[in-house]
Amino acid sequence: MNQRPELLRRLLRAKDRMDGAPHEEWPIHRLAQVSAVSEGHFARSFKEAFGAPPHRYLLTRRIERAVALLRDTDLPITEVAFQTGWKSLGTFGRIFRDITGKNPGSLRASEQSIPHGRKHVPECIMRAADRPDLKTAVSEKHREKTAGRMDLQPTEDV
Amino acid sequence: MTQGIDVVGLYVRDQDEALTFYVEKLGFQVHADVRNGDYRWLTVQHPEQPSFQLGLFKPGPPVHDAATTQTLCEMVAKGAMPPLVLVVNNCRTAYERLSALGVEFTQEPVDRYGVVDAGFRDPSGNGWKMIEARAKSQPGSQ
Repeated sequence: MNQRPELLRRLLRAKDRMDGAPHEEWPIHRLAQVSAVSEGHFARSFKEAFGAPPHRYLLTRRIERAVALLRDTDLPITEVAFQTGWKSLGTFGRIFRDITGKNPGSLRASEQSIPHGRKHVPECIMRAADRPDLKTAVSEKHREKTAGRMDLQPTEDV
Repeated sequence: MTQGIDVVGLYVRDQDEALTFYVEKLGFQVHADVRNGDYRWLTVQHPEQPSFQLGLFKPGPPVHDAATTQTLCEMVAKGAMPPLVLVVNNCRTAYERLSALGVEFTQEPVDRYGVVDAGFRDPSGNGWKMIEARAKSQPGSQ
């Protein structure tokens, strides 16, 4: 299905805004306003353009940020959850496990033990590349009980 | 240097708009602007890098058929083209200056592993990373 480049450019602006501040709340009306389209039109067009509904996309960005903070800082997990936009630690932990197949603490331990070459790659590129590839809704994923996304070894210890 | 990369091109949605952006905002210089019927060969250069030209090309006939043109325009507009990296002496200063000129930043300067980088897009949707040149004599400030 063809989409007008002028529309796509404005949808990209909404995606960029989520990329830049994934910890903020991004209700549809706010995103639609950034893209200067109606709310109904926005959700449909965004999914068509970028392959995922806006909120699932945002979720992948938040998880990427959380993984990065766990890996690169010693912030307590509660702080990581709040800094990446979650209001409840429980929700954060559940969604984090559903997507990455690990709990935040064990992911931190394994990530921090592996050396990486991230400093050679520009920051926004790295963030885009580290984003989990969520092809289905997290609730659906939960139902299917498929652990081990993101090419992480499914070494669940909890 | 007699061998090496001479021109690398970007696709843009409008060559006049791109020219204004790259010259008046980013400070590049026009190197070639040649028309042949509907076709326009347009390249710009960074003032400190005369050996390299950045082409600003518009997808369309006679080079591309209608369906290919549509696809290319969609890819550019949704930011799906490859990353571009600009090196600057001071990322925060450049960010302030370009922001004031209305450049659309997607990432404010971030200090990471001792290097500052930021991100912006051209009007067409091409994404640039702007990275501060690493001071050679300074050890990493970790």
